[in-house]
Amino acid sequence: MMHTAMSELEVDPLSLPDARGHFGAYGGMYVPETLMTPLFELTEAYESARKDPEFQRALDFQLREFAGRPTNLYFADRLTQHCGGAKIYLKREDLLHTGAHKINNALGQALLAKRMGKTRIIAETGAGQHGIATAAMCAKLGFECVIYMGEEDMRRQALNVYRMRLCGAEVRGVSAGQKTLKEAVNEAMRDWVTNVRTTHYIIGSALGSHPFPMMVRDFHRVIGEECRRQIMEKEGRLPDEVAACVGGGSNAIGIFFAFLQDLNVRLTGVEAGGREIKRGHHAARFEGGQLGVLQGAKTWILQDPEGQIDLTHSVSAGLDYAAVGPEHAYYKEKGRIDFGYATDAEALQAFQDLCAIEGIVPALESSHGIAYTMRRAREMSSDQIIIGNLSGRGDKDVQEAARVLGAS
Amino acid sequence: MNRIEKAFARAREENRAAFVAYLCAGDPDFAGSVAACRAVLESGVDVLELGVPFSDPLADGLTNQLAAQRALESGSDSQRVLDLVTAIREFSEVPIIFYTYYNLVFAQGSERYAARAKAAGVDGILTLDLPPEEAAEHLAACAKHDVKTVFIVAPTTPESRLERICEATTGFVYYVSREGVTGEQASMSESIQANVAQIKQHTDLPVVVGFGISNADHVRTVAQAADGVVVGSAIVNCIAENATDRAAISASLRAKMGMLLEGDALSKQ
Ligand SMILES: Cc1ncc(COP(=O)(O)O)c(C=O)c1O
Repeated sequence: MMHTAMSELEVDPLSLPDARGHFGAYGGMYVPETLMTPLFELTEAYESARKDPEFQRALDFQLREFAGRPTNLYFADRLTQHCGGAKIYLKREDLLHTGAHKINNALGQALLAKRMGKTRIIAETGAGQHGIATAAMCAKLGFECVIYMGEEDMRRQALNVYRMRLCGAEVRGVSAGQKTLKEAVNEAMRDWVTNVRTTHYIIGSALGSHPFPMMVRDFHRVIGEECRRQIMEKEGRLPDEVAACVGGGSNAIGIFFAFLQDLNVRLTGVEAGGREIKRGHHAARFEGGQLGVLQGAKTWILQDPEGQIDLTHSVSAGLDYAAVGPEHAYYKEKGRIDFGYATDAEALQAFQDLCAIEGIVPALESSHGIAYTMRRAREMSSDQIIIGNLSGRGDKDVQEAARVLGAS
Repeated sequence: MNRIEKAFARAREENRAAFVAYLCAGDPDFAGSVAACRAVLESGVDVLELGVPFSDPLADGLTNQLAAQRALESGSDSQRVLDLVTAIREFSEVPIIFYTYYNLVFAQGSERYAARAKAAGVDGILTLDLPPEEAAEHLAACAKHDVKTVFIVAPTTPESRLERICEATTGFVYYVSREGVTGEQASMSESIQANVAQIKQHTDLPVVVGFGISNADHVRTVAQAADGVVVGSAIVNCIAENATDRAAISASLRAKMGMLLEGDALSKQ
């Protein structure tokens, strides 16, 4: 087991990123010239909104009344017993409106877009959770809404496609490449480059060019702030470890951020190990990835030695992506966030376990975090505490899980 | 004078704009790409922009995406792209500009990338997703290996950024004549003239205009305002439409070039 070697964090997490979006060597603004000025304007608009008590009040109100915050920090007693080690708590982001943590960010960015006078919203989605959160916000606030989604993801997350359409969103299938999240981001970027004057792009994870990784992180920080307070109330102490799945990294940075300075709390991001850690068969960027630049940011990327982006695979659409958010790359380098992975098979087992033992149907993305949390709890002692971020619910995955499990 | 300067000087002497043609390297395959380059170069091209195929061309429209896909599927890689330059150098001294995404440069390292490009006969590099703000290392490597840089100015670029962009540019400035990705379009923006004039207040280097130019009227309009006219998708489409028949590609490219240049379209009036 790796452990953080630092006695104190060398950097104030709030001082990152710098004015151009750098988290140390990672992040930045690697975009076509057309987007540079709109991104500067977005940064400015966000900075001004962040300082405006009126905006913060509106955000808090909607998070409470529309999204359903705060979410419970739930003691999973049966799961704890089953694993026979550390006490397992689950942060119930699955109970939020539209079914995942994604609404925190969609809500924040939609309010910001309103404030900026935009009339049209676009987004990419993998699992469809960010798409449905965005579509719901657009219905509520009266935006025209276009969601880009890879055709393979439309197939495996069909329920969410229909939900988005019910909320009035136009879902545009993307048939390029492997027809998953990366291609949907490419297509959303193309739309944005073309329509940037009227349109805001609500990116769905802590990814892309500055200011997105910072902004998305900030809108999700509420997860960790609540969680830290709740565990203090329930246990009178901090947990020994917090774990979360990492696609782009938004639910993970959201729950980790409040604990970054608590060096006794181990933070672990869980990537998608896919079928196995072999090129093209997984989406674990810290297992075989290289530093590179993709879709706006410098970060760890699954790619070949020439810089062509690798194919990826994960049973979960939301983790099936070749790059990781730049802030995670930074804290990985600093040794503050550790990374592991769960394979498709482990995630599917955790998916079934949580259903059978706790009566909770987790998203397949979240199931990767749960698989790790269970594995880790077994290694820990009964006086220790581990918190797993249950980033979303699995209604969307029931059909695909039945197909995959039935076939295997 | 380097090849880029010579090409624009010649056009100026002939009282016309330079013609900048874009093709994707390795499209539809290596031999077909050599033939396609030959066909356009023999039809009156002053500067050749070679797209370096990338798996995720997020600043490109469908035409260029499919071209990159054809090239990659036919086995294109960084060495084959350099081999193409070498092959072109056997029959042409046209200035060659790489049009690339930064990850392909970063993966090799800016130094190595610039050195290899220079050795093969490349004159300049345009990195689409590398703004001047992030380009220090790349600029130093290009300067060291005497490869010129090309940067883009967009309709969303405010005047306050022009100085920074022009400072980073050593080859020519590329003004994108509309917002959006590459592709043909029916009507041309009227603000081109004013925008080119504004850019020229910040640089003595040539200013070319591109993205969406697809017929002789477009060429004529842009030629009045700019030092060069860039045509990409209209040319690449000739390959897309004939991807299975190499002889037809060359004929189609020659016909398209004739159409684009019809009536002395490049000449300054
Ligand atoms: C429920 C759920 N969890 C996690 C993710 C992964 O995204 P991120 O790493 O940004 O949290 C997704 C993405 O679609 C998701 O739907």
